[in-house]
Amino acid sequence: MASNRRTIEGCFQLMGGAFAGAGAASSELKTVLMSLGVPQGIVRRASIAAFEAEMNVIIHAVAGTLHYEVTPAKIHIDVTDMGPGIEDIDLAMQEGYSTAPDWVREMGWGAGMGLPNIKRNADAFKLDSVVGEGTTLEINIFLTEENYADNT
Amino acid sequence: MELSGVVELVCGRIVVKEKDESFDITAVCTTDMMSDVLHFAKKGELLVTSLNQSQVIMTAEIADIPVVMVVLGKKIEKEMTAMAEKKHITLLSTELPMFTVCGMLYAKGLKSCVNGK
Amino acid sequence: MLTIHDIVEKLGLDVKAQGDLQKDVAGCYISDLLSDVMANSKDHDLWVTLQTHPNVVAVAVIKGISGVIITNNRTPEAETVKKAEMEKVTILTSPHSTFDIAGRLYQLLMSGSDK
Repeated sequence: MASNRRTIEGCFQLMGGAFAGAGAASSELKTVLMSLGVPQGIVRRASIAAFEAEMNVIIHAVAGTLHYEVTPAKIHIDVTDMGPGIEDIDLAMQEGYSTAPDWVREMGWGAGMGLPNIKRNADAFKLDSVVGEGTTLEINIFLTEENYADNT
Repeated sequence: MELSGVVELVCGRIVVKEKDESFDITAVCTTDMMSDVLHFAKKGELLVTSLNQSQVIMTAEIADIPVVMVVLGKKIEKEMTAMAEKKHITLLSTELPMFTVCGMLYAKGLKSCVNGK
Repeated sequence: MLTIHDIVEKLGLDVKAQGDLQKDVAGCYISDLLSDVMANSKDHDLWVTLQTHPNVVAVAVIKGISGVIITNNRTPEAETVKKAEMEKVTILTSPHSTFDIAGRLYQLLMSGSDK
C-alpha cells in the first residue's frame, strides 16, 4: 500500500468580497481527505482551519491564494493574500477581537473567532503579516501511519 | 427527537430533504455567527439560525451538521436551496422566532451541542 | 412580570454593566445580527446574543431592550461596558450557550410571574 502513497495538492484563487464562492477550497480538501480515509476528527480540523482561512481572505483582502498539500506525514495548507495586513498579531489572535466591518458581521462573520479557530485546529501554525502588503498563513496538521489509510 | 417531530413542533416545513423523517436529533447549535458553529459544534445535528445565506450551508457541511433551520420565516433564496441540495444538507424553515424554537426544543430535552463537547 | 433582577438571580448571571435592574422583561429576542434585532425585537425584550462590541448598546437603547445577555463565556469589550454604563443599559454574561439560556428563559417567562 505504501507504494500507492502520493502527494495530493490543490490551489484556489480567492477574491476579496466574493462570499458566493467561499468554502470551495475547504470543501474540496474535505472530500480529498475523506477519500484518503483520514479519520473524521482530523478531516474536520483541517476543513475548519481551511474554511476560516478562506473567509479571512474574502473578508479582509483584495485577493489571495489557498494551496493545500496532503502527504502521508501531514496536511499542509498555506494561504497568501494581498490585503491590509495585521497591525497587532497578538490582538488579532484574541477571541472576540475583529476588525471586520459591520456589513460582514451582518453576514454572520467577523465575530473575532477566525484566527483563534485556525490555531486551535492546527498542530503547527505560522502567521506573518506586513501592514499594507498582505498576510501569509501556514497551517500544518500531522498525520500518522494509522490515520493515513490510503486505500486507493 | 425525530426530524419529523422537530418540524411538526415548530410548525415548520422541509425545504430540502436529505435525511429520513426518522433521523434522530439530539443536540442543537443556535447562532448567527458562523465561526461559532465552527468553534463549538462538536456533535450536533441541527443548526438554528436567522441567517438565510448560502454560507450557512457551507458552514454546516464543514462542521458536519446535517440539518439547518432558518427561523422567523426568513425568505430562503434559490442559491441557498441549491447549495443545500448540492451539499446534502437538510434545510428547514419556520415562521417562529429563535427564542420560541429554542424554548420548545429545550423543553423536549434536546441538548446544546456546546455543552455536549 | 419578571424583572431583570429576577432573571439575574434565577439564571445566575454576571452583571457587567448595571442599568435599571427593576425593569420588566416582556419577552426575549435571540440574534447575533444587529440589523435583525433592529427590525424584529420588541420593547422590553431581553436580548440574548454573543456579540460583544459597542454597537450592541446603541441597538439596545434604540429598541428599548430591558437587558442584554452575552452567552458562551464571552466578555463584553471595555468600550461596550463603558457605553452601557453611560446609557444605563444592563449587560449580563453567562458561561452557558445561547440554546441553554434560551431554554431556561423560555420556561421562566412562560411560567409567568412566580415572584
